[in-house]
Amino acid sequence: MRKFERTLLGLSIPLFSGLCAFFIVVIVLIVMGETIIGGWSTLTWEFLSTGPKQGMTEGGIYPAIIGTFLLVVIMSLAGVPIGTITAIYLSEYASQKSILARMIRFAVNTLAGVPAIVFGLFGLGFFIQFVGTGVDTILSGGAELKWGQPNILWASLTMALLTLPVVIVSVEEALKAVPRELREASLALGATKWETIRKVVLPNSMTGILTGGILAVSRGAGEVAPILFTGAAYFLPHLPKALSDQFMELGYHIYIMSTQSPDVEATRGIQYATTLVLLVLTFALNFSAMFLRYKIRTRTAR
Amino acid sequence: MQDLQAPKKTETTLQSISTTSNTTTPLVGRRNNDGNSTNLWWKKRFRLGEFLIEKAITAISFLSFAFIALIFVFVFREALPIFSVSPAKTTVEAKQVPQETYGDESSASELQQQVDERKRSVENLEEEGATATNLVSKTWQPVSSKPKYGMLPLVVGSLKVTAVAVLFSAPIAILAALFTAAFAPRWAKELLKPAIEVLAGIPSVVIGFFALIAMATFLQKTFGFEYRLNAFVGGIALSLAVIPIIYTITEDSLSRVPKVMTEASLALGASKWQTASFVVLPAASPGIFAGILLGIGRAFGETMIVLMATGNASILSGDLFQPVRTMSATIGAEMGEVVFGDTHYTVLFFIGAVLFLFTFCLNAIAEVFIRQRLMKRFEGQ
Repeated sequence: MRKFERTLLGLSIPLFSGLCAFFIVVIVLIVMGETIIGGWSTLTWEFLSTGPKQGMTEGGIYPAIIGTFLLVVIMSLAGVPIGTITAIYLSEYASQKSILARMIRFAVNTLAGVPAIVFGLFGLGFFIQFVGTGVDTILSGGAELKWGQPNILWASLTMALLTLPVVIVSVEEALKAVPRELREASLALGATKWETIRKVVLPNSMTGILTGGILAVSRGAGEVAPILFTGAAYFLPHLPKALSDQFMELGYHIYIMSTQSPDVEATRGIQYATTLVLLVLTFALNFSAMFLRYKIRTRTAR
Repeated sequence: MQDLQAPKKTETTLQSISTTSNTTTPLVGRRNNDGNSTNLWWKKRFRLGEFLIEKAITAISFLSFAFIALIFVFVFREALPIFSVSPAKTTVEAKQVPQETYGDESSASELQQQVDERKRSVENLEEEGATATNLVSKTWQPVSSKPKYGMLPLVVGSLKVTAVAVLFSAPIAILAALFTAAFAPRWAKELLKPAIEVLAGIPSVVIGFFALIAMATFLQKTFGFEYRLNAFVGGIALSLAVIPIIYTITEDSLSRVPKVMTEASLALGASKWQTASFVVLPAASPGIFAGILLGIGRAFGETMIVLMATGNASILSGDLFQPVRTMSATIGAEMGEVVFGDTHYTVLFFIGAVLFLFTFCLNAIAEVFIRQRLMKRFEGQ
């Protein structure tokens, strides 16, 4: 009996855990397959290069693609420098025991765990209601409402905040991968700490910074919750021209088309195709980040 | 600031600063004698630049901390009026209830029901105006002539969806991680790791869309429940977002179990599966627990998936197959239409503050489990 139990467990535990692993792979394949099958027929060049027509029931997603692009560009311009500098501080300047470094580390961990929707609330409460209204009051005495409302700048800054931990973590990893000998050689030649960082450490970790940026862009392109009420628009007849304009975004477009469009069934094709575009975009970004990280690791192993 | 630098660094910067003041000629002389610098004027300005750069870098990296503080301040600031707008007629109740409400929202729902029973008598007295006094009532009806802001259905909704998600994803993720760590042949590992990374990389709005279109119909056909979108469907959809988190952290802590332990077990004659389930798995348990906590935090705070896949009806019931509206989905769905500064706006910010506090605590506990328990167990021996 004991022996029978043992054989049974010995067979079933590896088998069952293997099934769970298999299940995960299958789920991934199903999600991807469903999106590709559903969206393939609608996905044409015209779909990518024209705006929505006939009250959003026909036409393409060009404004949403441009909106997403602008969002991630402004986001990276704000987030990547701050993230890189923070990573430099944490890996090059701060000693592990210093209180300031521990505070910053704690803040980065906390930022990574805050729900996306809370970032949206923060964007609304801080950027729009506090900073935006403040700027309006200074510029025009509060007579004209320009910055105190949702727009692409506030949405991008909110998103930059959300993706900051992503940048910090991967840049720090890259900085740590720079061999100690390189730094010591530079310092021994008489270079100061900053010279060493700027001329030796940073050029050697450029791939890592790039990886951080790519991962942040991939995360930012996929998140919808933070921009729900900080700048994304249902439909706009024109592309955003200034930082104070609203914008259309791919993820928001999927959400709005599949839940709040007047005729949900008729626009299934558009929904699937938009999802496919977003999925391809994030996967392309993630795979290039994975490839770059792989390159960094093999280089340090050598 | 000074004491945070390495002591040697401080000395040199102090030297360079004091040399600028021209009163300490001996110092300058000493430096020249050391042969450190032949061109002193150039060196001085240079050191000052170095000092400024370090301070600037420190200041910029401090921004992360400032942002967290700002998030705290601004989310709570907008939620604060909830405790002060209460009508004058029920001053006695208003004084007692805020404490009860506050403690309740962030903790379990059982307590809430107790409070709710006590509250019912008060509720009749006060029907207009949403304040702390009726936050614990049973109806969420923010847009009506007599708005009701009872958060109870939302809290229960969030808990239901989170429970389904974690109960479904935790076993799968943990077993899959055990498989990778203990049994998997090389090719299976090469397949599973990218699959997990891909799953983690799928945007939540895509998971929500998939759940809304395909998964809900499939599950309805399989289980035959009445409403196509409900807490169960939302929970299963959420588990797609939770699995990568639990898997990654579990796999990480399993692979950190010292080789000595597994080898000792194998040497004593235990088989591979015995070692895996009686040695490796228990040893990594703090890490696994932390992974589950982080998974709960993710499930509780996730917005887009539940917004699209749970049906969004604020019904208070224990039935898993009823449509629910979670806390995060409520913010996502309603914040776009509220008037700035009114009670509805304030209540939504209050919900956000509760979400923030809850996930914050979960993350902090998970951190303790990983850093203190797990690391001590593996490195302290």
